[in-house]
Amino acid sequence: MTASNPAVGRPAGPKPSLRRRGSRGSILADHAATVALWGTGVLVLVILGAIILHFALAAWGVVSPSFILGDPSRTTLGGVLPILWNSIYILVLTMLIAVPLGILAGIYMSEYAGDNIATTAIRFAEESISSVPSIVVGLFGLILFVDDFHWGFSALGGSLALTFFNLPLMTRLAEQALRAVPQEERSASLALGATKWQTIRHVVLPLAIPGLITGVILTAGRVFGEAAVLLFTSGVGTPQHYNFLNFDLTSVASPWSPFRPATTLSVYIWNLNSEGLGAFKTQIIDGSAAILIAIVLIFNLGARFIGRVLTRRLTAA
Amino acid sequence: MNGMRRMSALAAAATLVLAACSSSATPSPAPTNSPAPTTATSMAATTAPSAAATVNCVTGSITESGSTALQPLIQDAAAAYQSACPGATITVNGGGSGTGLTQIDQGAVQIGASDVLANTKLATPDADTLVDHVVCRQGWIVVTNLDVTGVTNLTTAQNIAIWTGVDTNWSQVGGPNLPIVLIFRPSSSGTRATFKRIVLGGAIEATGGQTLTEDSNGAVTTAVTQTNGAVSVIGFSYYNDPANKPLLNGLQLDGVQATIANVGNGTYKLAADGNLYTKGAATGLTAAFLDFMMGPEVQGTIIPKDSYGPVSMP
Amino acid sequence: MAQMATADRLTGLRARPGLLERIDVPRRVMFVAAASMIAIVALLMGFIAWQGIQLFVKDGVSVGQILSTTWQPDPENGATNYGLLPFITATVLVTAVALLISTPLSVGLALFLSEVAPQWARAIVQPALEIFVGIPSVVWGWLGITTLVPFLAHTFHDPISLSLPIVGQVFSMPGFFFGYSWLAGSLVLSIMVLPTITSVSYDAFRAVPQELRTGSLALGTTRWQMIRHLLLPAALSGVLTAVVLGMTRAAGEALAVQMVIGNAPIMPEAITQPLTTLTSQITLDMGNTTFGSPWQDALWTMSLVLLIISVTSVVLVRVINKRRLGA
Repeated sequence: MTASNPAVGRPAGPKPSLRRRGSRGSILADHAATVALWGTGVLVLVILGAIILHFALAAWGVVSPSFILGDPSRTTLGGVLPILWNSIYILVLTMLIAVPLGILAGIYMSEYAGDNIATTAIRFAEESISSVPSIVVGLFGLILFVDDFHWGFSALGGSLALTFFNLPLMTRLAEQALRAVPQEERSASLALGATKWQTIRHVVLPLAIPGLITGVILTAGRVFGEAAVLLFTSGVGTPQHYNFLNFDLTSVASPWSPFRPATTLSVYIWNLNSEGLGAFKTQIIDGSAAILIAIVLIFNLGARFIGRVLTRRLTAA
Repeated sequence: MNGMRRMSALAAAATLVLAACSSSATPSPAPTNSPAPTTATSMAATTAPSAAATVNCVTGSITESGSTALQPLIQDAAAAYQSACPGATITVNGGGSGTGLTQIDQGAVQIGASDVLANTKLATPDADTLVDHVVCRQGWIVVTNLDVTGVTNLTTAQNIAIWTGVDTNWSQVGGPNLPIVLIFRPSSSGTRATFKRIVLGGAIEATGGQTLTEDSNGAVTTAVTQTNGAVSVIGFSYYNDPANKPLLNGLQLDGVQATIANVGNGTYKLAADGNLYTKGAATGLTAAFLDFMMGPEVQGTIIPKDSYGPVSMP
Repeated sequence: MAQMATADRLTGLRARPGLLERIDVPRRVMFVAAASMIAIVALLMGFIAWQGIQLFVKDGVSVGQILSTTWQPDPENGATNYGLLPFITATVLVTAVALLISTPLSVGLALFLSEVAPQWARAIVQPALEIFVGIPSVVWGWLGITTLVPFLAHTFHDPISLSLPIVGQVFSMPGFFFGYSWLAGSLVLSIMVLPTITSVSYDAFRAVPQELRTGSLALGTTRWQMIRHLLLPAALSGVLTAVVLGMTRAAGEALAVQMVIGNAPIMPEAITQPLTTLTSQITLDMGNTTFGSPWQDALWTMSLVLLIISVTSVVLVRVINKRRLGA
């Protein structure tokens, strides 16, 4: 599906001398098309710029260290620390499950998978989950974890549902990263007498690391912003204050416990819009949205940056 | 990776120590109601709820979920209880009345909040195992967009005409020449059911392309403020919120002002009980917290502040 | 490929592998990891399907009833009728309009990136698109109600535009314009699916061999003629795949749509009208109904319908791609 064959080079722009040979009408059409296509690019940038500007302005005077590190309040602006904590907690928990599983599955699909029924079934499963609406995954989590397992709303239930949802993405990105490693590297290693697993571990994986990290960060960005899945699995509430020194993992009071309801930033925005009270409601939503967008921005730019640095370092070595 | 491992080892060790210290070592990781009465107070003191002058502190943690209409009150009461009793944790969740009833029925939470009686949503055998604790009265108010000038009161008959789609223009009820836009709560919502029962007398509401449905007090408020000629119903606590009140035109019902006092003396009829359900009789922290909800601090201070009515009202 | 074969032959030359190697533990572990996706899909489909048929099995509703147009799930209003047609139709129409807006834009953007844009422009636009993907749907919804909905309501509802000859007629047709509408839902969705359609069509354009382009240009065609007569037909199945994937995403989006669409459970008549999609009705009613009640069972049936839509689209994509590979 995503057949970005590295062998296919980017087309060099057609030479003007060639273009000049067309009829007058076709040259006009060509110019018009070029302008229109440039227009689409500019439009996307304008929309994105407007959105970022909108939230930057809305968050001006709202987002501050005390907003990021404060506890929620109904009478003052307060802060979002417990909610931000939940977002990060669920992100880490999800990635702890999804990344190893996704990379292992990616290795299988890239290095081992033959053309057989099992592989076809895995591919079909992979594509199916990625196309299932997130709300359906949330409802699935609701029956399985919240209702059948009697966990109630819990961070773990949310993370597992998110893992289900994002495993295909992680697998596909890992597979792409591994496939991008040149075949010669594998052949050379195998020719030297290394086993297939040794080749994967000592040759293919290190070379694929930049791509894998990019994959991890892109998946993380998606996990971080997801709300529909968590709405039904990890719960909707406004945690008032967390005691971070409470390490009792069996207590719903401990912010470290996976078995407690955990409202994340996206769910908080949804919740405030639905049932929020207080004079600062709109500011808090704008501030939370700005934090979300900023983190997504950092994830994306970070993925690019780290990928580039690692590629340079590994290829130089 | 290494730091991570050390961290979790630390957390595990801490868990062990804490478990050893407290008398309520609960091996099950699920959020459970773990009663551990502190030595200072005895359970016997809580048998007469209204008489309890001091807070009966029970350590442990419980989870509440359900009605969004009751959420502000329970949140504030939980915060007050927890600041009086540092050993207690009460996690408050929304989710809707149906969620609350489902989860209390399944034992996933310790308290399920609902705007409506359990037997209207659950099948009889399930509903019978639940114990109802009425902790407050709650009122709703009919609100319109500010452009509906000149309308300050709607009678029950006028409400029925408007909500069933007989009257479609505000001029028909003494307002400006402006089409009426009905903004409903979802038909499954407790607010809508209560309004339909008390004001509309069960009449079936209008449907069609001139109505909107929004799923919560907040979304309804936004929709009313943004839509010309809009009318809807929201809870007192949302109407009296400083962020909302200036943006809305609150209406009297049958000439009675929508105030808590009028809910109390029975003249304002669009009101109902706030129900907290437990599975069987409440025990431990759940019982202590429910007693606290009935005590003077919640009934006398928090309930009026959040625009609910105390249970002593008729 | 040839290298692979050589490598395989070379490994074959090595001494007979030991027991541990013959079992090949890593391979098995990785296979299990990959196969876990089959388990997840089976579990997910099994659960949703089981819940989704309860409406028919347990509550005795006839399958034909869900294709009727009346949604009357409240037993207190008299006889219940679980007609899902308004939601299904709305989902289809809202998605269709979103794709009508988004497809030309996205395909244009993909062409821009693959054929027109110089290196520096791609270096700006591509990360921008990735950020688009990352913006959470609640943020789109919040932007929708705070900016798009009031904009639509004020622009098209003020007396001046209503008095305009054609515009006024359109916007005062059935009902009037609240801002909360089919159009608002489609607009929000069109932006949300833009990155999906763009990136998949971009891959399709890139996969067209370079020789075809140079060949065409050497024959004296303009770049636009080359794109229209050569590139677009050659990448057609890829673009179709992109549109189907965009469609799946749009049909399944819940929160952003629910926030702007107005949620009126009626059969669609005009684009200025509020509607309810499958996803938005589920979000509205799920929290207010209890597990096991016929009302909630009907919501599970809606999610089953959504699941069927998405699995069908996966099959559709596979068929399209098979045809491409076959041709």
